[in-house]
Amino acid sequence: MSSIGTGYDLSASQFSPDGRVFQVEYAAKAVENSGTVIGLRGKDGVVFAVEKLVTSKLYEPGANKRIFHIDEHVGMAVSGLISDARQIVETARSEASSYRSQYGVSVPLKYLNERVSMYMHAYTLYSAVRPYGCSVVMGSWSENDGPQMYMLDPSGVSFSYFGCAVGKAKQAAKTEIEKLKLADLTVKDLIKEASRIIYLVHDELKDKQFELELSWVSKATKGRHELVPRELAAEAENLAKQALADIEDSDDADM
Amino acid sequence: MAASVVNAYSDPSTSWMNAPHSTGTSIMACEFDGGVVIGADSRTTTGVYIANRVTDKLTRITEHIYCCRSGSAADTQAIADIVTYHLNFHKMELGEAPLVESAAAIFRELCYNYRDSLMAGILVAGWDKHKGGQIYSVPIGGMVQRQQVSIGGSGSSYVYGYVDANFKPKMSKAEAMKFVTNTLTLAMLRDGSSGGVVRLGVITEAGVERSVILGDQLPKFYED
Repeated sequence: MSSIGTGYDLSASQFSPDGRVFQVEYAAKAVENSGTVIGLRGKDGVVFAVEKLVTSKLYEPGANKRIFHIDEHVGMAVSGLISDARQIVETARSEASSYRSQYGVSVPLKYLNERVSMYMHAYTLYSAVRPYGCSVVMGSWSENDGPQMYMLDPSGVSFSYFGCAVGKAKQAAKTEIEKLKLADLTVKDLIKEASRIIYLVHDELKDKQFELELSWVSKATKGRHELVPRELAAEAENLAKQALADIEDSDDADM
Repeated sequence: MAASVVNAYSDPSTSWMNAPHSTGTSIMACEFDGGVVIGADSRTTTGVYIANRVTDKLTRITEHIYCCRSGSAADTQAIADIVTYHLNFHKMELGEAPLVESAAAIFRELCYNYRDSLMAGILVAGWDKHKGGQIYSVPIGGMVQRQQVSIGGSGSSYVYGYVDANFKPKMSKAEAMKFVTNTLTLAMLRDGSSGGVVRLGVITEAGVERSVILGDQLPKFYED
């Protein structure tokens, strides 16, 4: 150990002298390398958009999805290590299903989020395990509680959000989201905004190919989490491409 | 069968001492505009002996959820206690009042899993912010079914016709209370193992209002 603060990063069960748990911070780094995921909470529902980076042309379209159904009424978009995220999906699903069988009604998102957060946090406490290298966004809509959305870190910390972004371009995406009047927008508007933001923040030079994944859960889907129908998704995606082309044109004009 | 009946008459003390306490009962719950009215007679019997003539068969589960118990007194008290425990815990985890549907699901789970050892017919009734006043019937065997009006216990067999003829959806509170009182009074008159006073509970958003109608204040019906 050459100086203070080294040698404390091999285990999640030990603090560094200045009070940090390095393994958790490294897990957060793993998330920052992943494609951008955004979640928007409008007045009548929640929309998820994912920039799914495609690392090989040999993959089938639609492989390695990053948006999951947790229960009929809950959706989850994940960023970070996909295999870690799939375990979180599994945990959330069994939590939702056990709630349903015990209490006869669908799990409230607030409660589900608490449970999944506790699970994630448990993996920041022991030397025998590493923290999950993923962040997840969960959303739902119900007649009684309206739209709800939570984002959950590898540290096990979670917050409820109006809009959130995570992954590679989270800063740029958050700046864009902050410009939106989320409380006034409907999910129909939000899928367009979400697609536009994903296209805008995508780095054409570093990551050539990506697929846009879109899902929503809203009053219009009767509180069910569904992938955005093909025609609507295509429309939103075309608008996004158009918006991006317009920006590039005006950039050219400036020069 | 016959032998045991003869035996019971010749030496009644044995039947009093061995028979289990049971709430041979008349219970009822009825939705109205704004909540539910629950009601029960007050007789607990040990064989032919009235072990308690002022029993309270309307049992609190949470602030806004009650149950009407029929069947074995011991079994139904134990189940109600367990459900109360579960819902208290659930309320802490949830940070808000549990749903009536959830209470019914827990009753169902217990009554179904232990159906071979339990004698319990329960009406779960209450109010919650999702669906307002609700009644779930959990009969022997562990089924659940939501009903607008429900009757239970041995006395109920005598008054199905009365309930079918007189129930109206969206009654006022006073109408519903009168309807429940009349139904239970009629059931108590015909059923030997029901009787005593009529206990009522009105559950609304505001909570529970309990009342008792003593034997001499019950409505009068044909009694020859």
